[in-house]
Amino acid sequence: MSSDVRFTDFKSDKQPTWCPGCGDFGTMNGMMKALAETGNDPDNTFIVAGIGCSGKIGTYMHSYALHGVHGRALPVGIGVKAANPELEVMVAGGDGDGYSIGVGHFIHAVRRNMDITYVVMDNRIYGLTKGQFSPTSREDFETSTSPEGPKQAPVNPLALALAAGGTFIAQSFSSDAQRHAEIVKRAVEHDGFGFVNVYSPCVTFNDVDTYDYFRDSLVDLGEDEDHDPTDYDQATEAILDSDAEYQGVIYQDEESASYNEAHGLTENMADIPDGAPEDAMDLVREFY
Amino acid sequence: MHKDLNWAIGGEAGDGIDSTGKIFAQALSRAGRHVFTSKDFASRIRGGYTAYKVRTSVDRVESVVDRLDILIALTQRTVDENLDELHEGSVIIYDGERTTMQDLEIPEGMIGLDVPLKSLAEDAGGAIMRNVVALGVACEVASFPIENLDESLEKRFGDKGTAIVDNNKEAARLGQEYVEETYDHAFEYELETTDNDYVLLNGDEAIGMGALAAGCRFYAGYPITPATDVMEYLTGRIERYGGSVIQAEDELSAINLALGAARAGARAMTATSGPGIDLMTETFGLVATTETPLVICDVMRSGPSTGMPTKQEQGDLNQLLYGGHGEVPRFVVAPTTVAECFHKTIEAFNLAEKYQLPVYVTSDLSLAVTEQTFAPEEFDMDEVEIERGNLVEPGDVESWQNDQGQFQPHYPTEDGISPRTLPGTAGGAHMTTGLEHDELGRRTEDTDVRIDQVDKRSRKVETAVEREQWDYREFGDADSDVLLISWGSNEGAIREAMEFLDDDGVSVRFLSCSYMFPRADLSEEIESAEEVIVVECNAGGQFADLLEHDTLSRVDRINKYNGVRFKADELASEIKDVLATGAEVTA
Ligand SMILES: Cc1ncc(C[n+]2csc(CCOP(=O)(O)OP(=O)(O)O)c2C)c(N)n1
Ligand code: SF4
Ligand SMILES: [Mg+2]
Repeated sequence: MSSDVRFTDFKSDKQPTWCPGCGDFGTMNGMMKALAETGNDPDNTFIVAGIGCSGKIGTYMHSYALHGVHGRALPVGIGVKAANPELEVMVAGGDGDGYSIGVGHFIHAVRRNMDITYVVMDNRIYGLTKGQFSPTSREDFETSTSPEGPKQAPVNPLALALAAGGTFIAQSFSSDAQRHAEIVKRAVEHDGFGFVNVYSPCVTFNDVDTYDYFRDSLVDLGEDEDHDPTDYDQATEAILDSDAEYQGVIYQDEESASYNEAHGLTENMADIPDGAPEDAMDLVREFY
Repeated sequence: MHKDLNWAIGGEAGDGIDSTGKIFAQALSRAGRHVFTSKDFASRIRGGYTAYKVRTSVDRVESVVDRLDILIALTQRTVDENLDELHEGSVIIYDGERTTMQDLEIPEGMIGLDVPLKSLAEDAGGAIMRNVVALGVACEVASFPIENLDESLEKRFGDKGTAIVDNNKEAARLGQEYVEETYDHAFEYELETTDNDYVLLNGDEAIGMGALAAGCRFYAGYPITPATDVMEYLTGRIERYGGSVIQAEDELSAINLALGAARAGARAMTATSGPGIDLMTETFGLVATTETPLVICDVMRSGPSTGMPTKQEQGDLNQLLYGGHGEVPRFVVAPTTVAECFHKTIEAFNLAEKYQLPVYVTSDLSLAVTEQTFAPEEFDMDEVEIERGNLVEPGDVESWQNDQGQFQPHYPTEDGISPRTLPGTAGGAHMTTGLEHDELGRRTEDTDVRIDQVDKRSRKVETAVEREQWDYREFGDADSDVLLISWGSNEGAIREAMEFLDDDGVSVRFLSCSYMFPRADLSEEIESAEEVIVVECNAGGQFADLLEHDTLSRVDRINKYNGVRFKADELASEIKDVLATGAEVTA
């Protein structure tokens, strides 16, 4: 890792094809800043991207990366980290990718508490498939597949994470560049599963959850001196508060051991001898 | 008088049938006898018949037969289930004090040994040892020195303390003495012992051990019969080598976890059975198109759907060969014996890394539940070679970069095998994706690049066909007109069947195939035989279909895969080209 890494080193030479104004630009910039500021470089970083407009991020960033199948980015990231704990692993995808098709993996990834970062680019819509409702869409949000709204309650991803035993639960807003980068950075630094739900507006298909809406409604817990992220009850209250939406590190448990620590994963599993392990005949002898 | 003895213990699931059977099998193996075990079981935890069967001989035993000589019956149903295998002179050991067994009727011509198993076990220290009392009885009936049982009792109960071990030894002796004193019967069996040392293991354990030998460090899986033993074997052992097992939330996750570990450079594996293969198929194409080395084991069971989870079938061949949308290069290897499960797993890891693609290792329930004896030399760890393929050394990274210093993970080389750098390697950073991509691993829909990449991926397979051995194992009379062909686990049964046939003056040639794709071209062998019979454990004859396909007369082909549909004028001219030249055409 070199100390002179700049965040633009994480940029690939591919020009993003996101719509002008898409929130994903800001989300990506913050991720790159967070990685650079935590002393990482593209050669020790592994990014796993889901499928969606959001998932294109793997192409626009420069690092080791895999752009997988829809909804399965988290297990890939966990596998990478298990195999080589030296790597900085960041998983990114959309709200559909993470909270619909991949929601099972999300809950279990939270429980496992592997030391990786998970950034969800939440635009409350399916962008790539051109505007169907997503699991975070409002009950009355009219889309091509919900002419009168989905008529079902949106999921509260932060509450899902809390219920699953999350150790780092945060929310940010892609256009609040500095705060967003700061929050992702703290997720990277967290020794465990750093989860950030990023409001990353879709300017093309979502005219409800807009920049203006988030700018007006988000309450920054970072400015609230009374908010103590290590206080579970305070965090619960904020997460379950249906009258307000919060930005900041809402909950952090610094005590719990990460999966890596709990399972003693320290070695780079890529390093193997060019024959069977030295004492491998012992494995055979066990069967006497 | 048969050279082999067939023994079984049967009762209800939850009666400790498996562990008792295993103790007996181990005792035989330690006494230098060959052993081949099988299980009859239902998948319910309690209730339902289950049996553990042991076939033993001083010669190798390769399969099961329809003959049962000694049966320990804990339930009436155990006798009923085995009536067709029992014969005149068979010995049935049971506990007549058990209320449900009081009315047991011993079929005509068989010998019933009514032994108060439970009471004797209580005398030795606890009713729980009832099955061990029965083992003592079996030793007496088979004239098998009871001391041989002691070691396997120590192995089984050693961690519970010497008192427990001693009680068990005592229980066995009480059973033996009871029969000796009560029944004045000269049994016809006499189990010789030899000085040979054998190891006793099943196919799942052999796969697990092969994986460890091959340097597998990461395993992810979701429990499923009959593949779970692979995960249970690795758990607690893989850690000794710095590896880890993750129990995933489902098979969708398991294969993606393994894929992640493989991208990080670990030799990674997952194992499952049919229903799990269905889920993993989602990610299978991603593994292949990102050119990630991965070993996926399918321990087949009866399908479709949940099918018969504890029953044998080789029904997944088509799924393994063709499963997944689009065209996906893959290798499919089917070990033919328990020992081959070990060797083929090692080979699969090498193939996966050399050709950077997913390799299916497919065994089946019969291999998974069979414990078989082998000379330990059959698992010679010194012979294990690890070949990692085109893994680029840190100093060579630059030679695989383009003129802008970008590493090219999918560079279309002549043999189709691209360079591979592991994360952490300076200058090697690259992405890859399940979308069609260029040599840099970035999405493209460019028709030329698409063709380059498809061709490159199939070139790897061609390279492998040339460079590797895809042969079969041959048995029997090479000049015979009768050709038997089979794949996977049927090898042992067929080899023994050939002995029966031989006794009847029928000679056959037998080809046992473990490579399903790529595979040997059997056209000549099939051509030169008068009668060709393909043996497999499924209804449709999936392997037979393949062989018929392989030996069909050739058709000419026109293929197009650049992402653009056929155009009429283009097609017409291609057809004319084929007619003129007879050559294959690629649009
Ligand atoms: C198995 C599968 N089903 C459906 C799709 C089609 N698909 C692509 S992206 C997407 C939803 C994307 O929504 P989200 O995750 O919120 O990402 P966004 O585009 O909004 O960033 C769907 C349904 C797919 N690629 N794979
Ligand atoms: S459709 Fe929406 S989410 Fe997708 S790139 Fe455009 S603005 Fe962004
Ligand atoms: Mg979305």
